[in-house]
Amino acid sequence: MRNRKLIAALLILFLAGAATALADEEVVKVTVEGNAEAVAAVQTNLNYVWTLIAAALVFFMQAGFAMVESGFTRAKSACNIMMKNLLDFSMGSIAFWAIGFGLMFGATKTGWFGTSDFFLSEWKGPDSDPWVLAFWMFQCVFAATAATIVSGAVAERIKFTSYLMYSFVVCAFIYPIFGSWAWGSLLHGNGWLEARGFIDFAGSTVVHSIGGWCALAGAIVLGARKGKYGPKGEVRAIPGHNIPMAAIGVFILWLGWFGFNPGSTTTGDTSIAMIFVNTNLAAAAGVLAAMAVSWIMFKKPDIGMSLNGALAGLVGITAGCANVSPTSSVIIGLIAGVIVVISVVTIDRLHIDDPVGAVSVHGVCGAWGTLAAGLFNMGGTSMAIITTQLIGIGAAFAWAFGTAFILFKGIDIIFGLRITEEEELLGVDIAEHAAHAYNDFQTTN
Amino acid sequence: MKKIETIIKPFKLDALKEALHELDVHGMTVSEVKGFGRQKGHTEIYRGAEYMVDFIPKVKVEIIVQAERVDEVIEAIIGSVRTGKIGDGKIFVLPVEKVCRIRTGETDKDAI
Repeated sequence: MRNRKLIAALLILFLAGAATALADEEVVKVTVEGNAEAVAAVQTNLNYVWTLIAAALVFFMQAGFAMVESGFTRAKSACNIMMKNLLDFSMGSIAFWAIGFGLMFGATKTGWFGTSDFFLSEWKGPDSDPWVLAFWMFQCVFAATAATIVSGAVAERIKFTSYLMYSFVVCAFIYPIFGSWAWGSLLHGNGWLEARGFIDFAGSTVVHSIGGWCALAGAIVLGARKGKYGPKGEVRAIPGHNIPMAAIGVFILWLGWFGFNPGSTTTGDTSIAMIFVNTNLAAAAGVLAAMAVSWIMFKKPDIGMSLNGALAGLVGITAGCANVSPTSSVIIGLIAGVIVVISVVTIDRLHIDDPVGAVSVHGVCGAWGTLAAGLFNMGGTSMAIITTQLIGIGAAFAWAFGTAFILFKGIDIIFGLRITEEEELLGVDIAEHAAHAYNDFQTTN
Repeated sequence: MKKIETIIKPFKLDALKEALHELDVHGMTVSEVKGFGRQKGHTEIYRGAEYMVDFIPKVKVEIIVQAERVDEVIEAIIGSVRTGKIGDGKIFVLPVEKVCRIRTGETDKDAI
């Protein structure tokens, strides 16, 4: 009994104390203005967290690309594709750290390329602002995405050493120089294209078209895989060896795009909601359109084309994801889905062998997405906006296709770009890595 | 003794096994094979381009029986795997000179 009384008394004392404390706190009024510093600190932390989570999602797209590309090609090339995807990311990271980042985001007087921030030199140690590190990480995975797009288009026939050289050059020079024209001002740069008001929020042109046009140059210089075109020029299919793997790769890319587009805010705020929705709607619409078109053209809903449709929609919405409405996103995705099927078939008939459709998905749909960002701009559109978008699309083609063509031709003349015919028959896995992807299974194709 | 070799559609293997089981045929050897007959393969579509599948996947089943059982086994095979469509397969009957069970050394009739 006595104990209970004691506890009750203590409890009352405690509650009274708490009430007094509450009353005391009410005297100090908490306002946003009064806590501006703390609010800003939370926002800053959120920006870091969101940007780096998004970077991780974009990094995971490397897995998606590796799976799409190896699934759409033959079993005898699967090791090589995995190695190319591993190495273009690794080579690209180092190249972008040493050279690319500075060219893309360093201070510039001309508007053509940056000349500071090489080797992450802005970061001087634990006391300096680490934002440049978070920003670099996010931009690094973008550069590697542009590089890895090419891997699929040149699959099954490019020499491994030549691909390594290409990976270095694209992440050190080709991608960052164009990037500085459109995105330089995100850090210290100031590009001529962005000064004209060019809209490319997350990189339909900067990342995807650049990668896609490099892929086109690579596929043209290399020539088709042996047996792809018959003696009378007829188009022959070389079926991929693992369609479920390619499909899972597309799902991974779709997931990664939720970092690619909404992450391009590099800000943890409410604007990411609409970008998420736009990204998803365009991808879904791309699938529906590509499936429908393939169904009409080939009498069956083609899985490869439907998968490409998702990527087409995603590439298509990448430029305009922050400045078009969800309804517009559906239209952009639908049109991208139609374009990709027609483009894949057309490029095939032009005797340009692109085993995974990289040129169509990234190059062509990237160009469409960039135009669409101007056409469907929520702030209104005008001839001036469209003209700027077209100048950006044209500049990307001229720069990326031109430099990549010279690069691949140069490598071809000096080192040789392609494996020998005998090596190709044996398979690039055996020829370049002395390895089988699927030991214990006989590959006949 | 005879060896009955039959090439059938892969998805008919279970039906064939059941039918032979009912006949009290005790063993068989199954291989995954590829080939073509009069229809010479078929075309499939991959990403908009048609291509020829020359060698169609089939299953080859080898059965050893006493000569007098050949007809009923053939009947059971046809009864269980026939679809009436192109590509149902073939049956070959070959003479077998000698059979030996490795574990016991039994031969011929006792070894089947």
